[in-house]
Amino acid sequence: MEMRKMFALELEKLMNENENIVLLNADLAKPNGFGEFSSKFPERAINMGIAEQNMASVAAGMSSYGFIPFICSFTPFATRRICDQIAISICYAKQNVKIIGSDPGISAEYNGGTHMSFEDIGVLRSVPNIVIFEPTDNAQLRNLLPQIIDYKGPVYIRMFRKTTPDIFDENETFNLFKAKKLKDGKDISIFCSGIMVDETLKANKTLEEMGIDAEIINIHTIKPIDEESIISFVQKTKAAVTVENHNIIGGLRSAVSEVICENYPVPLRSVGIRDTFGQVGKMPYLKEVYKMTEKDIVSAAVSALEAKGD
Amino acid sequence: MDMNLKCKEIRRNILLEIGTLGVGHIGGSLSIVELLVTLYYKHMNIDPRNPQKEGRDRLIVSKGHSGPAVYAVLADLGYFPKDWLLTLNKPGTNLPSHCDMNRTPGIDMTTGSLGQGFSCAVGIAKASQIKNDGATIYTIIGDGESQEGQIWEAAMFASAHRLKNLIAFTDNNKLQLDGKVSDICAVEPLEDKWKAFGWNVISVEGGNNVEEIDSAITAAKNSKMPTMIILNTVKGYGIKFAEEAGTSNHSMPISEEMFKEGMKELGGEI
Repeated sequence: MEMRKMFALELEKLMNENENIVLLNADLAKPNGFGEFSSKFPERAINMGIAEQNMASVAAGMSSYGFIPFICSFTPFATRRICDQIAISICYAKQNVKIIGSDPGISAEYNGGTHMSFEDIGVLRSVPNIVIFEPTDNAQLRNLLPQIIDYKGPVYIRMFRKTTPDIFDENETFNLFKAKKLKDGKDISIFCSGIMVDETLKANKTLEEMGIDAEIINIHTIKPIDEESIISFVQKTKAAVTVENHNIIGGLRSAVSEVICENYPVPLRSVGIRDTFGQVGKMPYLKEVYKMTEKDIVSAAVSALEAKGD
Repeated sequence: MDMNLKCKEIRRNILLEIGTLGVGHIGGSLSIVELLVTLYYKHMNIDPRNPQKEGRDRLIVSKGHSGPAVYAVLADLGYFPKDWLLTLNKPGTNLPSHCDMNRTPGIDMTTGSLGQGFSCAVGIAKASQIKNDGATIYTIIGDGESQEGQIWEAAMFASAHRLKNLIAFTDNNKLQLDGKVSDICAVEPLEDKWKAFGWNVISVEGGNNVEEIDSAITAAKNSKMPTMIILNTVKGYGIKFAEEAGTSNHSMPISEEMFKEGMKELGGEI
């Protein structure tokens, strides 16, 4: 099932249970799976029109009145465009607003460079009081959504819209603030997020054939990052790779490097967009262009292991 | 209550705050004193002993740099001890330059990044409309602040949703930080703009006249649409040195001499 469809079904259930949840769209309700919400919740599903700045601050005002607003747009318009509104109306004012940014990174495909945010995590990571979460698959998002609603404060959900491979079992449990280990290993720690988790698991088959025992960790919450787990992983493996669908500046690579450099420096290599803008194209093509394929992950791991001296 | 005497008292509080510190946003604080006094002492359903009372009326001062004027009233109403006024912007204070709902009892929304507070007020009015709790939501923007695009996004939304519980004010003092609004990027004709955006508009010639403001608010309460009350005000009104400073009074240093002179003018004691 497409992630947007699953999310819409879950949010509908939660809105039926909790009358304080409101949904604000900025003329992208249909593409994000919320097309029916305004008839199902005529008072609580509000289409703001194409006015994201107003949407963010209106949500903050509604939060101050006891509501739990979800605001939704494509990733660049839910973050980069409204950075000051998120920083001041929502985060500085400590309002309980949940931000859904859909189509992260290369998943914007044919919408191209203007809609392809490689910087959203970097933009928001230096704003205090915000949680940044990138779901890996439907099971993880479904499992964590109640925790996101129970958490009193702003959360950014960097949500894929279309169908993702199932990574986790439906009954798997998660803690919003703890990294999720996918596979044990002793040679190298590979930290991955979002759509790149599947790519990393594919790369692992090659690594196994090469006799490399990689530990694979899904960092679904990039802020606050699970420092304790990251340190314990690299203490064991003494080499690391980050794999992300974001600019390597400001995203997962930056967040993991900060933890490693300050606590337990080990060789680190990264896979992700290397400080450039997006373009139109399907994901397999864009993965090749931006060197985000399973082969690139294998190369990064081999390079880190060489630096480690293995 | 003699509202004009109360305005003098509030001006003394403002001068006490900014004069004690020696610098501050005095111009835009003084221009809204009559408005704040009319709202807080005549119209707003609030309880200083219970600042978070449910269903209360709210005031969002979107031109957040007028914090000192709001604090002057809140202290007078007993939201916090009056000696807090001596701490404006001092280390650890609960009274920062710009309004902060998490620091100051009685402040309904954090403001200071211009344009945003107005949207927040619209959101609060929408929330009150959904809850149907009968609250009136008041908000104050600046004429210079009206240059922010976000103001007009929010204006469109408020009329589309017929937020008749929203009463907004423009402190139309014709000045902004760098000079005259008309020289920098003219916002007039404001009345036509707000009408074109579907709002009920009331222009008040005496924007520093309590009776005229009072009549406008009373009229606004009967509107079926959100109301914009455009107050023709004077930046720095009521204290000679501030008013005479004109385009320099947005934020200005205040010497001990000016402080004493201003207090004397307002009938206060040092």
